[in-house]
Amino acid sequence: MKLNTLRRHFRESLKSLGRNGWMTFASISAVTVTLLLVGVFLVIMLNIQHITKQIERDVEIRVHVDLSATEADKDALRAKLEALSGVEKVTYSSKDEELQKLIESFGEDGKSFRLFEQDNPLSDVFIVKAKNPLDTEKIAKQIEPLPSVGKVKYGKGQIEKLFAATKTIRNIGLALIIGLLFTAMFLISNTIKITIFARRREIEIMRLVGATNGFIRWPFFLEGLWLGIFGSVIPIAIVLSAYSYVFDLLYPKLKNTFFQLLPFYPFAWQLAAVLVLLGACIGMWGSMMSVRRFLKV
Amino acid sequence: MIEMQDVYKTYPNGVIALNGISVRIKQGEFVYVVGPSGAGKSTFIKMMYREEKPTSGKIMINGVNLANIKDSKVPLLRRNIGIVFQDFKLLPKLTVYENVAFALEVIEESPKNIRKRVMEVLDLVRLKHKARFYPNELSGGEQQRVSIARSIVNNPSIVIADEPTGNLDPDTSWEIMDIFERINDRGTTIVMATHNREIVNTIRKRVIAIERGKIARDEVKGEYGYET
Repeated sequence: MKLNTLRRHFRESLKSLGRNGWMTFASISAVTVTLLLVGVFLVIMLNIQHITKQIERDVEIRVHVDLSATEADKDALRAKLEALSGVEKVTYSSKDEELQKLIESFGEDGKSFRLFEQDNPLSDVFIVKAKNPLDTEKIAKQIEPLPSVGKVKYGKGQIEKLFAATKTIRNIGLALIIGLLFTAMFLISNTIKITIFARRREIEIMRLVGATNGFIRWPFFLEGLWLGIFGSVIPIAIVLSAYSYVFDLLYPKLKNTFFQLLPFYPFAWQLAAVLVLLGACIGMWGSMMSVRRFLKV
Repeated sequence: MIEMQDVYKTYPNGVIALNGISVRIKQGEFVYVVGPSGAGKSTFIKMMYREEKPTSGKIMINGVNLANIKDSKVPLLRRNIGIVFQDFKLLPKLTVYENVAFALEVIEESPKNIRKRVMEVLDLVRLKHKARFYPNELSGGEQQRVSIARSIVNNPSIVIADEPTGNLDPDTSWEIMDIFERINDRGTTIVMATHNREIVNTIRKRVIAIERGKIARDEVKGEYGYET
């Protein structure tokens, strides 16, 4: 394609946005509303996913070492734990460290636990992390019969429930987003269909004077692209500023909890990119669907 | 050169529009196509720019059989054929200049050539001074002259006109005919479907009369031959 032709297509597509003012407005609004919904949903979904990932990551197996175990026994146990398949990391925490953590976690009130520093009733602990959090239960079962092992704790039952819940949330979210996207595509293709219908005379003349189908398609293709891209501007602005507001509001409150939101950067750029791309894709797809019908020679 | 051999056309709804047409139109000829409404004139005309495909038979335009060419090649065929309609088919939001330039832009002509060619043909149809006007600011005759300018701007060897004077008053119709004659003088073949008895009988040219899908008459310097 010649450069001049490309320039012409660009000019024509932009001009036609202006000429079909109200249709343009309607199409862009359709994209805007849809992407706004998709954007809000994406933010919620991705944050839920982020949080569940963190919770999953915090799932650990606490292996209490039998009180009678010697240093040699501990080393042997550690080696065995590390040899288990699916284990990512084994950390040792002595009973003194455990007590220290306990005291810290209670803050001011923790001082009363200081009494136990003389005669520590806690046991040494190996903290085992699974590569895949879903394997936690399986690994815990393998650890139980090992020698020098006292108690094995991994939040039995809780983990399974948590995983089931996060999986359900993820699937529902995904289904909703796909549904929304289809609705948007349908809306846009319909709106551009009307735009094209308003210009069927132009297409008819183009065909009569010998324009190729590719040539006729281009401006509509670009027009769809613009509609999608322009339609994504407002949703990006709204979603990002709202997110930044909510983030600043919640960040101090959620500090020191499981619930960490996704940091604003680079999340903001990724979200903006996804929305622009989504807008562009549905815009182009919508116009392609509509133009095809009019191009039967 | 246009040549048809045993062309038949039956529409999907069973209407037989063309019932065995064989005709030969040499390069540079001026031909009127006449006949009662519904006799197959329009179908005959549409066959030439492949708006319709024949059910059977052969249609050769400058050595290419239109019955065989692929849909994707139709645009290339049409670049060699100018088409003029009764209702002008101008784009209301483009100026006269832009309407004519449109035909060259869509076949990716260079801007320099476009300017030159458009001004040439606007001069030919005597509308150079109205290049910046919009179609709704022009009379019917002027609008038809714009559409003729558009049809010839890419130098086609054939111009096909489907009742070009159908919407115009008699005086204006003569102007249009004058322009067609001048285009014809430059060696362009003209095929014109018309109901205008006075024109056919005054500016004598070859007349092909189509009745019930067949050629009823084919006379050099013929007459309209129907009561209007």
